[in-house]
Amino acid sequence: MALELDSITVRYGQTVAVSDVSLSVADGEVVALLGPSGCGKSTLLRTIAGLEKPSSGSVRWDSADLAGVPVHRREFGLVFQDGQLFPHRSVAGNVAFGLRMQKVERESRDKRVLSLLELVGLEGYADRRVTQLSGGEQQRVALARALAPSPRLLLLDEPLSALDRALREQLAVDLARLLREAATTALVVTHDHDEAFTLADRVAIMSRGRIVQVGPPAEVWSSPVDVETAKFLGCNKFVPGSFVGLSVGRVGLRATALRVDPAGPLEGTVLERVHRRDHVRLLVEIDGEEYEAVGPMTEVGDRVRLEIDLDGVARIG
Amino acid sequence: MAQARAGLSRTRLFGARSGWSAAALLPLAFLALFFAWPVLAIVTLGLDEGGVLKALFSAETWELVAFTLGQAFASTVVAIIAGLPVAFVLARCRIRGLGLVRAAVMVPFVLPTVVVGLAFRTFWPDGGVLPIVLANAFFNVAVVARTVGGLWAHTDRRAEDAARALGASRPRAFLSVVLPALAPAIGSAAAVVFLFCATSFGVVLVLGGSRYRTLETEIYLRTVELFDLSGAAALSLLQFAAVLAVLVLGALARRRRETALSLRDREELARRPSGGEWYVVAGAGLVVVALLAPVVGLVTRSLSTRDGWSLAGYAALATRGDRGTLAVTGFDAALNSVRTAFDATVVALVVGVFSAVVLVGLRRSGGRIAEVLDTALMLPLGVSAVTVGFGYLVTMDALPGDFRTSPLLVPLAQALVVTPLIVRMVLPVLRAVDERLRQAAATLGASPLRVWREVDLPLVGRSLVAAAGFGYVVALGEFGATSFLARPDAPTLPVVIARLMSRPGELNSQMAYAACALLMVVTVGCVLLIERLRVPSSGEF
Repeated sequence: MALELDSITVRYGQTVAVSDVSLSVADGEVVALLGPSGCGKSTLLRTIAGLEKPSSGSVRWDSADLAGVPVHRREFGLVFQDGQLFPHRSVAGNVAFGLRMQKVERESRDKRVLSLLELVGLEGYADRRVTQLSGGEQQRVALARALAPSPRLLLLDEPLSALDRALREQLAVDLARLLREAATTALVVTHDHDEAFTLADRVAIMSRGRIVQVGPPAEVWSSPVDVETAKFLGCNKFVPGSFVGLSVGRVGLRATALRVDPAGPLEGTVLERVHRRDHVRLLVEIDGEEYEAVGPMTEVGDRVRLEIDLDGVARIG
Repeated sequence: MAQARAGLSRTRLFGARSGWSAAALLPLAFLALFFAWPVLAIVTLGLDEGGVLKALFSAETWELVAFTLGQAFASTVVAIIAGLPVAFVLARCRIRGLGLVRAAVMVPFVLPTVVVGLAFRTFWPDGGVLPIVLANAFFNVAVVARTVGGLWAHTDRRAEDAARALGASRPRAFLSVVLPALAPAIGSAAAVVFLFCATSFGVVLVLGGSRYRTLETEIYLRTVELFDLSGAAALSLLQFAAVLAVLVLGALARRRRETALSLRDREELARRPSGGEWYVVAGAGLVVVALLAPVVGLVTRSLSTRDGWSLAGYAALATRGDRGTLAVTGFDAALNSVRTAFDATVVALVVGVFSAVVLVGLRRSGGRIAEVLDTALMLPLGVSAVTVGFGYLVTMDALPGDFRTSPLLVPLAQALVVTPLIVRMVLPVLRAVDERLRQAAATLGASPLRVWREVDLPLVGRSLVAAAGFGYVVALGEFGATSFLARPDAPTLPVVIARLMSRPGELNSQMAYAACALLMVVTVGCVLLIERLRVPSSGEF
């Protein structure tokens, strides 16, 4: 195990931001810390970086306790949500910063800077001022800057949240490829489950300072540990398993669990209709209960039949 | 949210507030040794003599207080009225010659008080209340224009646009939206200006003669000429109380302003003036002309004698004045000025920058001690320079070495006046540096010292140079404490000017005016150099 967190608690006065968290990240693994804002995930990340001090518990790297190691000796890269590029340095100057701290010779430094800029798709940007870059470009530079000194661990704090949606989705795919190619050990903090599932080998769900569930994305997605986690992962309706023909206690339904289909087993009345990007979302009343569903064009007031899609169903527990 | 988190982490990162509080003790110790101790020594000396109560309750004392506050109030009002249109032009207009306007406004602020006094005497040879008020305002238009303009430049124009869209006329939108938004800056500027005017020394001395006296000049008079120490102590106490009250009010206004500043928009808000705005621009133009008039008057006066144009005054700078008025030549005094101001600036930079760094650290961890230090650093601006100067003479021989005759005495006294200025200029820039930028550097392997060198220093570098430049010219022109402490064989230029003016002989006054012009050239040169650095005008002065 490369990174190990052993029952870490972080307090600010009376407030407990992180409570008894244990987690490990293997060499070359990408783990996402996923949770709603204010759940303590950023604090945990900053504790690992050495920017916060845990009230109890320990951060270890290859079994060595890091308590006495200051931020600048940990060799952990950190990427902020909004880049935090040095405004008085050029793109190349930003990327080269960590290498200069390591006293890397000028020649190999320049070479490394160019190869990193190529890696993040910014060839020819070396001499630009960082203030002239777009948000997406700034984030790429921030990433190159953090990767340049070859950190043992890369920490990403909501790396894509400040970008608009189209760019975010594109960059998430790029970032996933980049982390795999560089075989980087990384911990990504995010509140966006799409982002977490795109990037991570394993996902850790955080809620109110605790880690409530850890597992591969598919497993976490299909079997959230409790109702709260299921709600956070997009389930909006909770019914007995028998409702969808499963022999489990309770299941959560996402909007995609019910699809308009003339051959479906359920029947209801359309109450509302909203156009989304690539589908139409409906609010359907079945036996006096309201359910979300997706479907082709229908009118409010229509009677429709609905098919159950198990991909949209999450087993609780 | 992110800011709050960063703040909390800073506390933890440096093992807490106690570290910063300990660091705050250093500038406080400097103030205690070179400011509080001399001032207290003088005040106790006066108290020991008795008669303080008598002085406090005499009608004459309260007339002095009334005149001091009255002229300060009037000067503040004039400075604000003149400063606002200039602030508008600097913050909101995109027109040619803006750099010139900025320099023209700045020059009076750093001119030596004696020089300004003399400049106004060329228009009002007999002095009086009006020239005193105008001269004090003349100095401080820069404070108003820069402080208010700094905030104005970052205030979102859309609030004003929204008011206009809701049916407010332009003046109405100004009164109901813009003015309240600027109120904290105006309040803060007013407090500082009031402070400067209430303790103004050189101007009142030159223009008031024996008829119009303020607390400051009266303290000087009683200490130096009447040896009435208890009277001087009583007046010092009064002045101190008034200054403290104004400082506290100013601190309150600044606190409100800092929250306002965090809302600022970096968007470029300047545009070409339109319609009625041209009247405001014209008003600002008038103010600039009025600011330049005394300067031009002074230069003209230095060149004209009863027998027509002449360079006699300038030639006399190489001499000791008419019939040996001075112990040294004018050029020697100029050289001494330059050297002393340099030493003072170095001391003030060290103390000021250190204080600013500590204040940022303290403020982030939210300590009360930050406000104490902040206010304490401003105090020297408001306490009679004469009291400080005389205090030095009384206390400094208690220090190891023969400190009283040390050539460091004058630079230290000047540094006291310059330090608050440097703090006020560097502090806002340091505060604006995002904590996470420092953290990013740390995660890339930079040690705390390296972070300061790689991040803080480059980002505040230019404003540091600008602060040093302003500090230098202010030290160059410092008169109150210097006139008290400078040895006769090593006077500074302002001291020489005052001495020349107090002696008869046309050559003496001619030489004084020439010395003024010399001082002005140096000052203007410094200001123009600083303007070329294009430091963002977010400083509080």
